[in-house]
Amino acid sequence: MSDLWAGLSQIGVLLLCLAAAYKPLGDYLARVFTSERHWKLESGIYRVIRVDPDSGQRWTTYAAGVLGFSFVSIVLLYLLQRLQAILPLNFGRGAVDPATAFNTAVSFVTNTNWQSYTPEEAMGHVVQMVGLTVQNFVSAGMGICVAIALVRGFVRANTGRIGNVWVDLTRICVRVLLPISFVFAILLVAGGVVMSLSSGFTSTGIDGMQHTTALAPAASQEVIKELGTNGGGIFNGNSAHPFENPQGWTNLIEIFLILVIPVSLTRTFGVLVGSRKQGYTLLSVMGALWGLMLAVIWWAESHPNGPAALLAGGAMEGKESRFGIAGSALFAGSTTGTSTGAVNAAHDSLTGLGGGGALLNMLFAELTPGGVGTGLYSILVIAIIAVFLAGLMVGRTPEYLGKKLGRREVTCSAIAILAMPALVLLGSGIALLLPGIRATMTNSGAHGLSEVLYAYGSASNNNGSAFAGLTVTNDWFEATLGVAMLFGRFVPILAVLRLAGALAAQRKTPPSAGTLPTQGPMFASLVGGTVVLVAALTFVPALALGPIAEALA
Amino acid sequence: MTITKTPEPEVEPVQANEKPVARAFGPAQIAKAVPDAVGRLGPRHQLRNPVLFVVWIGSVLVTVFAIGQLITGSGQPGFSIAVALWLWFTVFFANVAEAVAEGRGKAQAESLRRTKKDTVAHKLAEDGSVTEISGTDLDIGDHVVVEAGQAIPGDGDVIEGIATVDESAITGESAPVIRESGGDRSSVTGGTTVLSDRIVVRITTKPGESFVDKMIGLVEGASRQKTPNEVALTILLSVLTIIFLLAVLALQPMAAYSGSQQSVVTLTALLVCLIPTTIGALLSAIGIAGMDRLVRRNVLAMSGRAVEAAGDVDTLLLDKTGTITFGNRQATELIAFGDEQALAEAARLSSLADETPEGRSIVDLCVQRYGLAAEAGEAEQDGEFVPFTARTRMSGIDLGARQVRKGATAAVCAWVTEHGGTVPDMTQACVDTISAQGGTPLLCAELVHGRAVVRGVIRLSDVVKPGMRERFAELRAMGIRTVMITGDNPLTAKAIAEEAGVDDFLAEATPEDKLALISQEQEGGRLVAMTGDGTNDAPALAKADVGVAMNTGTAAAKEAGNMVDLDSDPTKLIEIVRIGKQLLITRGALTTFSVANDLAKYFAILPAMFAGIYPQLGKLNIMHLASPTSAILSAVVFNALIIIGLIPLALRGVSYRAVSATKLLRRNLLVYGLGGVITPFVCIWLIDLVIGRLIGA
Repeated sequence: MSDLWAGLSQIGVLLLCLAAAYKPLGDYLARVFTSERHWKLESGIYRVIRVDPDSGQRWTTYAAGVLGFSFVSIVLLYLLQRLQAILPLNFGRGAVDPATAFNTAVSFVTNTNWQSYTPEEAMGHVVQMVGLTVQNFVSAGMGICVAIALVRGFVRANTGRIGNVWVDLTRICVRVLLPISFVFAILLVAGGVVMSLSSGFTSTGIDGMQHTTALAPAASQEVIKELGTNGGGIFNGNSAHPFENPQGWTNLIEIFLILVIPVSLTRTFGVLVGSRKQGYTLLSVMGALWGLMLAVIWWAESHPNGPAALLAGGAMEGKESRFGIAGSALFAGSTTGTSTGAVNAAHDSLTGLGGGGALLNMLFAELTPGGVGTGLYSILVIAIIAVFLAGLMVGRTPEYLGKKLGRREVTCSAIAILAMPALVLLGSGIALLLPGIRATMTNSGAHGLSEVLYAYGSASNNNGSAFAGLTVTNDWFEATLGVAMLFGRFVPILAVLRLAGALAAQRKTPPSAGTLPTQGPMFASLVGGTVVLVAALTFVPALALGPIAEALA
Repeated sequence: MTITKTPEPEVEPVQANEKPVARAFGPAQIAKAVPDAVGRLGPRHQLRNPVLFVVWIGSVLVTVFAIGQLITGSGQPGFSIAVALWLWFTVFFANVAEAVAEGRGKAQAESLRRTKKDTVAHKLAEDGSVTEISGTDLDIGDHVVVEAGQAIPGDGDVIEGIATVDESAITGESAPVIRESGGDRSSVTGGTTVLSDRIVVRITTKPGESFVDKMIGLVEGASRQKTPNEVALTILLSVLTIIFLLAVLALQPMAAYSGSQQSVVTLTALLVCLIPTTIGALLSAIGIAGMDRLVRRNVLAMSGRAVEAAGDVDTLLLDKTGTITFGNRQATELIAFGDEQALAEAARLSSLADETPEGRSIVDLCVQRYGLAAEAGEAEQDGEFVPFTARTRMSGIDLGARQVRKGATAAVCAWVTEHGGTVPDMTQACVDTISAQGGTPLLCAELVHGRAVVRGVIRLSDVVKPGMRERFAELRAMGIRTVMITGDNPLTAKAIAEEAGVDDFLAEATPEDKLALISQEQEGGRLVAMTGDGTNDAPALAKADVGVAMNTGTAAAKEAGNMVDLDSDPTKLIEIVRIGKQLLITRGALTTFSVANDLAKYFAILPAMFAGIYPQLGKLNIMHLASPTSAILSAVVFNALIIIGLIPLALRGVSYRAVSATKLLRRNLLVYGLGGVITPFVCIWLIDLVIGRLIGA
């Protein structure tokens, strides 16, 4: 079977699985967030943390909950790493150094999972299981909570209350993330993913030398790594490592897990706002852009320059032969489009155009289809801006889902959209101004610039994948990328929750023939156009000196 | 229930004619605006507009840089000066747009001021004595006497007498209007002139706060505040400006890293080209022009907010009488009890001398349907007209022995019996049917050969103005629901509502019902617009999101509404909605155009900046611009000239057709979105042809 057909059949199977999961999972998620009943386990949790699960919160309380929980999480995760020397199962791995510990704590709490360390060498099993895996669940849950709070803003009227963050977080973890993770972890173990508390084993290689092969409790972390669009591997090789992603079908399962919640959330959105078409419309935008970027990366990797690549029939450098070009492109397009950041190939080795595609996919503000929750709220704020402009063009104060878009709504949406480009541009610009930083860069010219842009793009979008050619372990990068992750995560979250509060307080305007329809192909192309336009206008000058110059060379 | 009266029963054409105005935008207007525009080049004026403030700072920066280059003799001072000059032009053109828009209002304010010449007031003391004081010394509650030929010294209500008043100074309408004490025609405006008779006016506003003062403030734009949508749009434009500022700031280290550091001039040129200068420059002109469009249709909006709200209106409350139907009932049918031609002749005769609209409509009907003469013949002219009185409740004519009468059923029946006739049995049934259908029956009888005979019944009914059905269909397409308000019984109301094609009706409406309806609509999240003129309309006018008071109405109504229609034409509400929509569309369209332009500018400037270091970026120079300097200059020149090019559109407003939102969006996206992408490619290419020659020569 040729690579083209292999790739197309993989995509076909993936899309079929997503389509099959779309309705049940989307509807189930909607029920999770609207059900009046509490599970026994949940009631127990509420009693322990002393929360009245039936009380609604204003946006300020909700936001304080998100921020407070995240802050405490960062502190605990930092301490856990710093105290590793006294923890069991550390296999002699000592305290993580402060800069890396800070960067890692921020990285996992912000759902970024940017890794400036080598897991097998730096992190013991306790830090992995008690620290990082737990954050993989709750940081993903937090993203979904914020998205649901925003949807409630559209659904509710004349109230300031947008839900209860503790109830939302508990339910998403207990009712959705944990059960799915459990089932798929068993599936992955069956596929050859390791699950071991041992530190590893030694063997004699063909060179006659003793080699140590690390083992880890990988399967339990692998599923939530993808399902929660986290991306932090338990091995340095991430999903390229055979113990994390042994074969073609596990690769497909991992890609499915990456996409399934962000995709299904559009259904949840449609169900909650009472018009499934609204959900389909947003999904079509996400899907079209995902498909477009996948096509770009796949085409670029199949049509490389250079004699070695031509001989191999494609740019095989940095790719696993068991996944092939299509399996790698599919993973690359999905991981950069979802703020996951797991990789099954070296993104630094992608061709100029392919790497540019992966970078641009992140710079679309992570909504193709975006991270869990973050993808939905990111596309909703873009839709608000699109509705605002288009709404003016039909001669009415713009309305989206029955809510008028005035000063406050536009301000919040604009801040949510502005945060990421500001961080990427300022971060990259300042890094390049510093002679010390330029000295640490191993690549020069256009590719060097692409690496810096990719690093800040990945951090600010909470993606976490890397163009590994850049050495990011110095204090400057650890600190600024950490700050980029923090602001890239929480500035939009605050703006979105403020927006949710403002929308929920409004009354609902019924639609009429004069209202801009926010469903159907025309609105979808409008939103898609706004996504591309915002990214293009913001990043074209920077991209011209990096990936565009590389790709046109 | 208030009956809204139109001054003239004739139907206005659907598009109310604008008063002929001088060309909106021509060399004369620019010339007039130039000194004003130059005066606004200072930083203080620019601070109000974040986008243009950035351009202003850029202009200063490049100017200083160019002077530096001139002194040190380094770099390309010619290029820098050219860019500086065009950046200043950009700021200047924005000022021109604003000044031209304001200029139109200024001329109108000037003519209004002339009506404010110091008037002499004849103050009436309680003892009846009259003292002459200056109009500016009047206080609220003062009573003044105004006689024929005198100007009314201030706004107020007529409390005694009736007079014809010339209001042309305010409305531009030369026909005098009647103002009388009591009722809904009691309000008079300061600066208008009494033509006949004598009235006593109680002053209701302080000098300096009068209607004319308000008008002057409004048309001059002095009291203009940013409207909610304008504020939201300004925020969006500011955010875009910040994004581009960051993009350009971050570009310099990246360019330096790539080995091609850029000059201040080039970076500023890129920034100014990218930020939404076009819409930024035209935004306030669009707002002023929108208000001005209303003023030219003789509508005064007390706030820009109201104009915007008009575009958002979901429900339109329209009074039946005078708005949907003609102000007076008209004869629509003759029901004969015998010879139909005899009834027609009798009906015509009885109404020949009847000058009421009902009377005239009867003659018209007889002329049109029965081929009778419109004018009285020689014999008929000698007849003696019997006028309608409240006691007899009949009118008619006596032609010697022949007497013809028409009037209320009971009165005519009595007259017939008195003159020896008998009333046919079918009369009562016929009359009742007409009443039940909402019509007014007039019985017509004749005394021939000494005996009275009932000829038949004339049906008077409401006649829906022609073209109303189409207008309501248009409104429906715009997403606006119309509700007819009437004092009629539900049956009648339903019949007329169906005939006129309104979506809903409120029958037997009291002012309280009206207020309740507005509250109900608003609770459902809908915006309501209505017109009114009576004092009992005031609460509803104040409650409605758009309340248009008729200028003929009471002071209370005018105070409560947020717009006043000087023509007192209730159907103008439809026009107002259209203008509100047009205002928003113009803003949205020009913003889209402005942002869409950036694509071409990138293709012009980026290759010019970086093709030196990365020759492959030359492939992006798809316009084949002559040289890097001419490419950058062409983009800057286009950016400035497009402002001037779009001033007429900003002032006139984007054309609006009443179609569904989907169609409207598709059209505007095509014209201003796609047009905004393509236009600059063509224009920059053309400008570069010229500039390339100039530099090359």
